[in-house]
Amino acid sequence: MYKVAYFPGCSLSSTAKEYGMSTELICKDLGIELVKIQDWSCCGATTAHITSELMAAALPAKNLLWAEKQSLPICSPCSACFSRLKLADIDMKRDARLRADVTEVMGEEYKGTIEILHLWQVIQKYGELKPKKELKGLKVASYYGCLLTRPTEVCPDERIEDPQFLDNLVISLGASPVKWSYKTECCGAAFSLTKTDIVHKLSGEILKDAREADADYIIVACPLCHSNLDARQEEMGLDFRIPVLYFTQLIGLALGYGYSELGMMKHFVQAKGLLNSKGLL
Amino acid sequence: MARIGVFICHCGSNIAGVVSVEKVVEAAQTLPGVRVSMDYKYMCSDPGQNLIINTIKEQGLDRVVVGSCSPRMHENTFRASVERAGLNPYMLEIANIREHVSWVHSDNKDAATDKAIKLVELAVAKVRRNEPLQKMYAAIEKRALVIGGGIAGIQAALDIAANGYKVMLVEKEPSIGGRMSQLDKTFPTMDCSACILTPKMVAVAQNKNITLQTYAEVAEVHGYVGNFEVKIKKKARFVNMAKCIGCGVCTEKCPSKKTLSEFNANIAARKAIYTPFPQAVPNIPVIDKDSCLYFATGKCKVCEKVCPAEAIDYTQEDEIITERFGAIVVATGYDLYDHSRYGEYGYGEIPDVITGLQLERMINSGGPTGGHVKRPSDGKEPETVVFIQCVGSRDDAKGKPYCSRVCCMYTAKQALLLKEHYPNSQAFVFYMDIRAAGKGYEEFVQRVQTEYGVVYLRGRVSRIYEKKDHLLVKGVDTLSGQQVEIKADMVVLATGLEPKKEAQNLAQLLHIGYDQNGFYTELHPKLAPVETQIAGVYLAGCCQSPKDIPDTVAQASATAAKVGALLSQESLEIEPMISEVNPLLCSGCRMCYHACPYSAIEMEDKEIRRGDVRCVAKVLTSVCKGCGVCAAGCYCKAIDLKGWTDRQLMEEIGVLRYR
Repeated sequence: MYKVAYFPGCSLSSTAKEYGMSTELICKDLGIELVKIQDWSCCGATTAHITSELMAAALPAKNLLWAEKQSLPICSPCSACFSRLKLADIDMKRDARLRADVTEVMGEEYKGTIEILHLWQVIQKYGELKPKKELKGLKVASYYGCLLTRPTEVCPDERIEDPQFLDNLVISLGASPVKWSYKTECCGAAFSLTKTDIVHKLSGEILKDAREADADYIIVACPLCHSNLDARQEEMGLDFRIPVLYFTQLIGLALGYGYSELGMMKHFVQAKGLLNSKGLL
Repeated sequence: MARIGVFICHCGSNIAGVVSVEKVVEAAQTLPGVRVSMDYKYMCSDPGQNLIINTIKEQGLDRVVVGSCSPRMHENTFRASVERAGLNPYMLEIANIREHVSWVHSDNKDAATDKAIKLVELAVAKVRRNEPLQKMYAAIEKRALVIGGGIAGIQAALDIAANGYKVMLVEKEPSIGGRMSQLDKTFPTMDCSACILTPKMVAVAQNKNITLQTYAEVAEVHGYVGNFEVKIKKKARFVNMAKCIGCGVCTEKCPSKKTLSEFNANIAARKAIYTPFPQAVPNIPVIDKDSCLYFATGKCKVCEKVCPAEAIDYTQEDEIITERFGAIVVATGYDLYDHSRYGEYGYGEIPDVITGLQLERMINSGGPTGGHVKRPSDGKEPETVVFIQCVGSRDDAKGKPYCSRVCCMYTAKQALLLKEHYPNSQAFVFYMDIRAAGKGYEEFVQRVQTEYGVVYLRGRVSRIYEKKDHLLVKGVDTLSGQQVEIKADMVVLATGLEPKKEAQNLAQLLHIGYDQNGFYTELHPKLAPVETQIAGVYLAGCCQSPKDIPDTVAQASATAAKVGALLSQESLEIEPMISEVNPLLCSGCRMCYHACPYSAIEMEDKEIRRGDVRCVAKVLTSVCKGCGVCAAGCYCKAIDLKGWTDRQLMEEIGVLRYR
C-alpha cells in the first residue's frame, strides 16, 4: 500500500463530488492509501494570489506542513489545488524572505522535503493499474487545461504545448486517444460566474474541436474545467452533446465499477447511452 | 650594462587622459639600464617611429621598451622600427598601458598611473634578458584546399584557380552546388538560382587547376600556414568514377524507394543509388549503404545488372588520401533550424506546417512536384498561406538570439512566387521587424506588399490549431493591437540558419574558434573578416555568420585574394619565438610530447655525449606555434620558449617581489 497525504480541496465535496467518489474508489483498487489531511484549509485558489503573496503561500503551507510532519508526499486531484501547493513550494524555495514570513505566520518552518503530486502522477508512479475491462473502441479527447500545464515548473510533461500523459493513460486502459489541438486551451475558468459569454466561447471551441476530432468523450482532471465543459453545454447552443468525464471515472470503468458508483449520474451530459452502446456498462 | 630606451605613447588622450605620462617617463628614467625615457603623442605615427629610430642611433641603445597599446596591435610596427635602426627586432618589449590600464581603470587615475609604471618596470626587467632572435623561413606549398562546395566554396575555388594556383575542392555530398542549388528564384532580382549557379558548377568541373573531391570529408589537419598536411576521407561511392557514364539507368531501376531525399528537404523519396539532382557535378551517382537492399539483405544487385558500363563496385571501401596545401578556405555553409522544438507550431508534427526550404523545393519546376505547390496532407493547392518569420532566429528562449539575415527576404520572395503561381492565393506574413538592408531589398519587400497584395502582420503567432481540413492560425497584430485568427491551408515557417552540425568538429581539427552560436570566428570583426586566428585558414560564407548570396560571393572572392597574396610569396617567414629543447637536461619523459596541442614535439635518439645515446624531445621548428605548454610542463626545465625564457619571466617576477 502506497501512502499519500490527501488534499481533496473544496470542489470535491461540492460541484465535483463525483471526482471525489471515483478517486477514493479507484485508489483502493490501485493500492494507494489516501490519508486525509487533518483540518485541511483552503488552497487559496485564485483569490489569495491576486490579493496577497503571503496568503497565497501560507494557506497551502498549512497543508504542506501537516504532510511534511507525517513524512508523506502530498497529492490533490484538483488541478487548481495542485497548482497552488506546487507554486507555494516553489515560491518559498526561491524567496527566503517569503519563507521567513510564512514561518512567522504559521509558527513553524516548512522545509520543502516532500513530493507534491497531482493525483494523476500518484497513479502513474505508484498505482498498480490492472484493468478488468478493456475500454475498446472508446475514442477519448484528453483535456489538460491550463493549471496542470502552466507555468512550466508545474507541468509534469516536457511537451508543454502538447502534453501526453493523459493520452498515455487512455492507451493503457485500452481506449484510443484522439489527436486534437485544444488540449491545453483555456476553458474560461472562473469567468463562468462573471462573464459567462467568455466561457461559452472558449469552452465551446474546445467542445467543437473535440467533436471534430471524432471524440466520444472528453476526460478532464480539474473540477472547474469539468463544470465549464459539462454544465454549460446546454446554454451554448451546440448541435451536439459530448459527455465530459473525470479521468478517474474512466479508470473506474476499466476497473469494473458501475455508473452510479462512479457518480456519473451527476453529470449534466449523461454518458450512459454511449457507454451502453459500446457495451461498457 | 644594457642600454635601454623607454618610449611612452599618449595615444592621443586614450592613454594620457587617464595615465600621467610624465610620471611614467620620470619613473622609468631611474630604472637600472635605462639610458633615456621619453613620451610622444602618437608613437606609432611616422614622426613617433622616427623618434625611436633616431634616439636608438644617437644614444647607442641596444634594447627598447614601448609603453603603448596591446602588442597585438603594434608589436610588429615597433619591431620594424627597431630593425630599421639597426637592432635585432626582438630586442623590443611592449608594456600594454592602454587595454590593460587606461581603458579599464579610467575611474582611478592614480592607481592607473601606478599600474602603468609597474608594467613598464616589468618590461624593462624582461628586455634586459632579451636575446637577438633570427627569423626563419619555410617553403610554401602553392596549392589551396577549399572545404565545402556550395556557392562560397565554388566561387573561392574558381577565383583561386583564376590566379593560377591549384585548388582541391572537397564536398561532403555527392555533388557540389550546396544550398543554392536547392533554391528556386533568388531575391530581389528573381533570377533563377540554377541558371546562375550551374554554369559555375560546370566551370569548376572543367577548370584544369581545380581537383574535385565530392562525397569526401576532411579527417585530419596537421602543419601550419604554407605547409598544411590534410587527410581527406573519400567515402565509398560503390560506383567506379572512371567507368560511370552518368546514364542514370541504375537510379531508374533501383527498387529502393523509401529514403527521404535530403536535397528535396524530405518532401519526396529518393533511390538508394542516386545523384542528388539532375544537374549534379559530377554526374556520377553514389550508393547510400543504409538504404541499399543489397547491403541490407545481400540480395538485389539490380544496379549492377543494368549498368552498361560495369561501373558498380560493391567492394569499394572508404579511402584516406593525404594532400599538402599552403592555404585552406573553410566554406562549410549552414543547416536550417529544426522547428520541431516549437511546440506552439506543432512540434514539427503537423503535415501542412512546412519550412521555407520545403516550399522552395515544391515551387521549383525541377522539384518533386514539378513546380506545383501541394500541401502535404492531401495534395491540395493551398489558397491561404501564412508565413511565420523568425522561427529559430531572434528567439532567446530557443537558444537562438541572432538574426538569420535572409529569412525576411526569402519569405517575401516566396510570398511573391506563390501569388505568381496562383493568382487567387493570399499570403499573410507574421514578422517581428522587416530587415531588408541589401541593395534593392527594401523596394522588393514594398513591391511584394503593394503589387502582390501580401498582407504583413507585425506580431507573433501563438498557436497553430490543426482542424479537419485547414489550419487555424492564432496570433496578434501588434500595430492594431488586435488578436488575429486566420483560416489557412498551409503554414510556412521561415526557419533560421545555424552552423552545420559537424562545424565544431571541423573547428577543432583546424584549431579555429567559433562563437557562442557555433559560427566560426573571424580574426577581426571589421578589419580581418575573412581571416582566422590560424594563419593560412580563411572563412567564406555562412559558416562564419548567416549571409545572403551576394555577401557570400564577395567574401569568397576575398578569401581568394588572401590566398593569392599568401601563395605568391617566395617563402614564408616563421616566428622565431618557439620552444627549444636542451637535450642535456631532457629526461625523455614525453610530458611535452603529450602536452603539445600542435604535434610539434618529436622524440628522437640523440648522442648527448660521446657514446651516450638517449631518447630526447625535439621541437619541429616549422610546426611549433610558441604557445609554451611544453615549457610549462617540462619537469626537468629542459625546454625554454624563446622570447619568453624562464630567465626573462623570473626577472619580471623579481620586480613584483621586491616592491
